[in-house]
Amino acid sequence: MRSETHVAYTDLSTVLTLSERASASGLNRWWASIRWNMSRALLVTRREVIDMFRDWRILSPIVILTVIFPSIANWGAGQMSRWVAEYGGEIVGDRLIPFLMMVVGFFPISFSLIIALETFVGEKERHSLEPLLSSPLTNTQLYIGKTLSAGMPPLAGSLLGIAVYQVGVYFNVGYVPPLVLIVQVLLLTLLQGLIMVAGAVIVSGQVTSVRAANLLASFIIIPMTFLIQAEAIIMFWARYDTLWAILGGLLVLYVVLVRMGARAFNREEMMGNEIDDLNLLAAIRDWYRLVQARRPASEHRSVWRWYREEVLGAVWQARGGLVIVLCGFCAGAWIGAHYGQLLRIPPELFNLADWESRFSLILSSSGYSGVTGVLHVILLNVRTLAIASALAVFSFGVLLILILMLPFVVVGFLAAQVLAAGLDPLSLWASLLPHSLFEVPAALIAGAVAVRLGACIIAPPVGKTLGQGWLIALADATRAWLGLVLPLLMVGALVEIYVTPRLVLLAVGG
Amino acid sequence: MVLRMIETIHLTKHFDTFVAVENVTVTVQPGEILALLGPNGAGKTTTVRMLTSILAPTAGTARIAGYDVVRDPEHVRANVGVLTEGHGLYLRQNGREYLEFFAHLYGLNASQRRTRAEELSSRFGLYEALDRRIGEYSKGMRQKLALVRAMMHNPPVLLLDEPTSAMDPHSARQVRTAIQQLRGDGRAIILTTHNLNEAEELADRIAIIRRGRIIEEGATLDLKTRLLGPPLLELRYTGEPDGVFEALSNLVEIDSHGHSWVRYRTASPQAVNPAVLSTAVMHGLKVITLSEVPQPLEDVYLRVVNTYLEQDSQ
Repeated sequence: MRSETHVAYTDLSTVLTLSERASASGLNRWWASIRWNMSRALLVTRREVIDMFRDWRILSPIVILTVIFPSIANWGAGQMSRWVAEYGGEIVGDRLIPFLMMVVGFFPISFSLIIALETFVGEKERHSLEPLLSSPLTNTQLYIGKTLSAGMPPLAGSLLGIAVYQVGVYFNVGYVPPLVLIVQVLLLTLLQGLIMVAGAVIVSGQVTSVRAANLLASFIIIPMTFLIQAEAIIMFWARYDTLWAILGGLLVLYVVLVRMGARAFNREEMMGNEIDDLNLLAAIRDWYRLVQARRPASEHRSVWRWYREEVLGAVWQARGGLVIVLCGFCAGAWIGAHYGQLLRIPPELFNLADWESRFSLILSSSGYSGVTGVLHVILLNVRTLAIASALAVFSFGVLLILILMLPFVVVGFLAAQVLAAGLDPLSLWASLLPHSLFEVPAALIAGAVAVRLGACIIAPPVGKTLGQGWLIALADATRAWLGLVLPLLMVGALVEIYVTPRLVLLAVGG
Repeated sequence: MVLRMIETIHLTKHFDTFVAVENVTVTVQPGEILALLGPNGAGKTTTVRMLTSILAPTAGTARIAGYDVVRDPEHVRANVGVLTEGHGLYLRQNGREYLEFFAHLYGLNASQRRTRAEELSSRFGLYEALDRRIGEYSKGMRQKLALVRAMMHNPPVLLLDEPTSAMDPHSARQVRTAIQQLRGDGRAIILTTHNLNEAEELADRIAIIRRGRIIEEGATLDLKTRLLGPPLLELRYTGEPDGVFEALSNLVEIDSHGHSWVRYRTASPQAVNPAVLSTAVMHGLKVITLSEVPQPLEDVYLRVVNTYLEQDSQ
């Protein structure tokens, strides 16, 4: 029997209205759940925002960046516009004013990073986190509450700064930016702020000191600085349509980070670790143990069974990644074929005269022959897949897919050219298919396990910490590489050097 | 009514290879205080954190007010009031805002929040300071405010870590009285402290934890008897004690003696003491006092801990 005598705490079931209970499920319940979670989260947000506005160290920079800096920017924009106009360079002023609007918006939201970075770990250092974690707030409510409190004041400051700047610019030089541009800059500011907050909250929840959080902040602020530089170039070029693509990318990144933050947010991680302990040797030992995937001595497995369960099983675990990478290959081929139809190579450039002897000459002079050639091909393929896999970890799989798409773009492009030139496609397939039968599956598997490595950072397996989940995925990836990717690449290289050229010569020579 | 308000069964917590808590099995009933004693790093805080569903047990189970700490974490936390080692106060808030914030998290309505804050702050002498910034509070006041926060939602279970540390004697007395009242109200309380006098005064039962394991557990008196032997009594007298020690040794086990005193142990003082007094008087001694020598809990604790230290060194 449970205690019902003392507690005033109400949970969701007591918050539902009668009509909501009558419906019992569906939209009403979902909506009630959102209302309930938000009302609880906003308690945390409200307290923290009030607290923030009592701290002059946070308040004064926000005021400076919200009111004083936009005023200076406005004055500077006016002076610059008038000066360049004297020399017929009005275009410089026209480009500078929207750019400054973005800068004015960005400066206050950069504060959200600092606030968010210390949101959990700062409280932990001040010993005020444990009472909060001991309260009946759920992880989701805490996460939302903390994220909102870190993001709202700087975002409000940012919007106010943009407004102050724009109103000032209007009265100063009479410039009114296009509505679409205002929307783009506001959305960029909003998303950049949200991304920094989401990233910083993840960092803050995983480290044990504000110092460590500040050190890790570089991983957020440096990419963001590159992004701002790219946006600056776009704005000075006035290629405003490109900003939509950036907005799309930022939105995806934000969703990924929020999902990652919600999954990684863990009371145990926050209170269980007392020091940022990076025990590399222990991690390597764990990884090695996981790669071996041993079972208790009582459960004897044959080599084939081990291979089936642990190598093919690892690939099966990454089946989602297989589908994604395969879609990437198809998309690459389609893009290549599409551009191949748009951008035609003149047929006369396909010079097939004396092709046979020239092809042999190219092969021997390029070094792609014999054992050296085989090793060369293996090294090249391993290097490409390894770099793409490493990038997958940092980009949640996105860069890997882009890299692996490239050869298919080229193949699609060439296929379209060959067909358009009226040539026999047999020569093209002869030069690609034999070794591709091995190399494409190798790339597919390597890509899939790497996508899983990136994905498990976003969503660690249930019941595992981020580190544990990643180590398991790394061990699976290692087994897949040793058991499938490398052997396939070796066979592929042998075929590419010893079989493919002969088939090409046969195909071309008839 | 839950008979076992706090119940742990083989509760275990490992951090990778480090064993923080191992096989801890305890129960605390309503109206009972269990003092959890142990050296720093013994596993007290980890145990408390598992009981508030902050840390998940590696093995074993724990239930608070009938709710499982893994399956019903929100309900567990709603039924527990925790006083943590660090006060965890928001120094820019005033006392009232702080208490109302936490009461709000626990689902109290506005009127309940106000009433509880005023009632409890009055009880602990904080009422006048409620509208002052917490940053201006003394250490003792902060400690009391944290305690009030833990009690705001009227929980049936309290987990109190060093509740009177940093307090002046008057405040400490207020807090101890309040804890006794809470026990009287039927709360189940786990008290972790290094203040052994306080533990002895407040606790019904003591559990000594070392390296994550409970190495001794029982009612205070039982532990003393088991570990220090029967109660030690001291007879003080005037006169020459010729032959009296030999006579007394036939009755009791003499622990030590001096010219004007003798200490002995007995498991049945009701039966033995009258005979001891008669013997002393018969030998011409004038009895001044016969009283029990206090055997502080500290002696029990040190005895237990030292025994394990010796075992370790061997």
